[in-house]
Amino acid sequence: MIVQALAFYLFAAIAIASGAMVISSRNPVHSVLFLILAFFNAAGLFVLMGAEFLAMILVVVYVGAVAVMFMFVVMMLDINFAELRQGFLRYLPIGGLVGLILLAELLIILAGWQLAPAATQSEMLAVTPPPGEMSNTMALGQLIYTHYINLFQAAGIILLIAMIGAIVLTHRRRPGVRRQDIGRQLQRRPADTIEVRKIPTGKGL
Amino acid sequence: MVEFWSVWIWPTVWIVIKIVAIVLPLLLAVAYLTFAERKVIAAMHRRKGPNVVGPFGLLQPMADGLKLFLKETVIPTGANRAVFVIAPMITFILALVAWAVIPFGQMSDGTPMVLADINVGILYLFAISSLGVYGIIMAGWASNSKYAFLGGIRSAAQMVSYEVSIGFVIITVLLCVGSLNLSRIVEAQAGPWGLFHWFAFPLMPMAVIFFVSGLAETNRHPFDLPEAEAELVSGYNVEYSAMAFALFFLGEYANMILMSAMTSVLFLGGWLPPFNIAPFTWIPGPIWFILKIAACLFVFLWVRATLPRYRYDQLMRLGWKVFLPVSLAAVVIVAGALITFGWMPARAG
Amino acid sequence: MSFMDRTARAFLLSELVSGLALTFRYMFKSSVTINYPYEKGPLSPRFRGEHALRRYPNGEERCIACKLCEAICPALAITIEAEPRADGSRRTTRYDIDMVKCIYCGYCQEACPVDAIVEGPNFEFSTETREELLYDKQKLLANGDRWENEIAANLAADAPYR
Repeated sequence: MIVQALAFYLFAAIAIASGAMVISSRNPVHSVLFLILAFFNAAGLFVLMGAEFLAMILVVVYVGAVAVMFMFVVMMLDINFAELRQGFLRYLPIGGLVGLILLAELLIILAGWQLAPAATQSEMLAVTPPPGEMSNTMALGQLIYTHYINLFQAAGIILLIAMIGAIVLTHRRRPGVRRQDIGRQLQRRPADTIEVRKIPTGKGL
Repeated sequence: MVEFWSVWIWPTVWIVIKIVAIVLPLLLAVAYLTFAERKVIAAMHRRKGPNVVGPFGLLQPMADGLKLFLKETVIPTGANRAVFVIAPMITFILALVAWAVIPFGQMSDGTPMVLADINVGILYLFAISSLGVYGIIMAGWASNSKYAFLGGIRSAAQMVSYEVSIGFVIITVLLCVGSLNLSRIVEAQAGPWGLFHWFAFPLMPMAVIFFVSGLAETNRHPFDLPEAEAELVSGYNVEYSAMAFALFFLGEYANMILMSAMTSVLFLGGWLPPFNIAPFTWIPGPIWFILKIAACLFVFLWVRATLPRYRYDQLMRLGWKVFLPVSLAAVVIVAGALITFGWMPARAG
Repeated sequence: MSFMDRTARAFLLSELVSGLALTFRYMFKSSVTINYPYEKGPLSPRFRGEHALRRYPNGEERCIACKLCEAICPALAITIEAEPRADGSRRTTRYDIDMVKCIYCGYCQEACPVDAIVEGPNFEFSTETREELLYDKQKLLANGDRWENEIAANLAADAPYR
């Protein structure tokens, strides 16, 4: 038990510290790297809770793919920090005000947070398999593909639409461009295109 | 006090012993993989390969290691020091960490011979291999060099692209197994007909896609664009020297061995003998596993000696326009076949 | 070629397989390289390697300081200074070859009327410093003494064709 408690505090402390570094570090690439560290520690926390499937998916999807894309973009940005900090003081009051309002709203919501009475009873709990009977991969699968199938499919369709939209917006077919047609290249066999002839000396073709 | 020892100290010591028992042979294997690479490719080029240091040049990897160890580590001016130093360590550590879940064989009581027999073993491997890109991308960025940066960018795009098809191939295998546990995956390939039960046969195209994606994932020929020496000098590791370079080198080759191990577990039946008849079953499981890894590694080297490097757009085309649709279709086809013919695996934990 | 044939070839990766089969076959052929520091390939008698200044069998140096080699050297690698020796014969006091400049064209040995400067069969004279490649008369004469047998044999072998 003590090991788990220690591990929890270690993961939690690093996650919070790296979260703070994400917003405070000067270099955007460092920010992304700290973000990755934060994801990683969150995955560690999931493992401590016994949700190993979620932990691995977090690492695969967020660290392995999403953060790489962040990194990709941020690395190639050419940011002028002096320009970025110009007028910082001028906009500080407005920015601070917005921040304060958001903070107050969050506090109000959190203070008044209450679970709906129906949620704690019957229906929702009934579909959740009791822990220990099956691995959480299977438990998640049985929930997602039965009870939440509509939401799951809807999420998938939204992502598909976003993907197609991005392609439609950026894809343009330029006329007059010669492209490599690999199928045609592979079809060509030496026998079709090359003719080997034996030419006697001094005769010519 | 006795309880303290039996509960805390002995398990820890036992785990450390296991880790050493995995890591030391692995590092030795990495060293000799570099030697095997040079020898095999030399043979295919009709050359001799290294043959001066020790008998048949067998001490060559030691000499190379010693040379790298004794050299000076240069950190270029303008490099981002912390990231520059951390990057090779990440590559190396990730290559070793993944071995925690690889099952080497089966004990006599049926439990798998593995450091950590976790439920989501294959996902863990997938996660670790998807992290491998960070070492490279960080090295490329931190070096403050155009060549290194281009290498890092290339490898990031390449590794992310091929991970997608690797993921789908893994899913087809999982559909046939019904578990994410690596030793279960191997056990599912056992059967009276020996090697015909290995997934390499029923899922042949998937095995090929997995292996080729593995080549791309480990930045090996013909997909070694991140370190294309002709155009990028040597890509992300141009600025590295001495031990830092050695860590990259070791990590890269350890990743090759890891990919071969994954291929053997997923498609070549891990520790299972190819035929269930007497002389084959006498050889212990770990030996079979090592032989299969060695065979996969030979193909890695063989491909390097045979194929020229892809152009970058061809690489992306292969990943997104060929492998992704084929593996996606395979997921649907395999799932459909399993349901239609009632071959779904029994519910595993 | 029929459609079926093409499709089958594409899906069975026939191109890849044939390439791999080729390299696999080559793996078992004997290697064509020689084990260099221990085995060496044959050299032509006309091979142009490291320079040497030769002597007559009685020990007298051949060079008569005519400076033809210095004049013909396209890389300007040769520097010669000369004055009469005590016995009245004209000899060099300085004969330097900058081996870093030298392009091993062999014009010096062609120009030499007394076969004094020759390019011998030795090609393994790499050094650790640049200074060691600035050869002076002593070094060249020492080379001549060391390689005299080989050089004489080469000259004799090549003589019918000159």
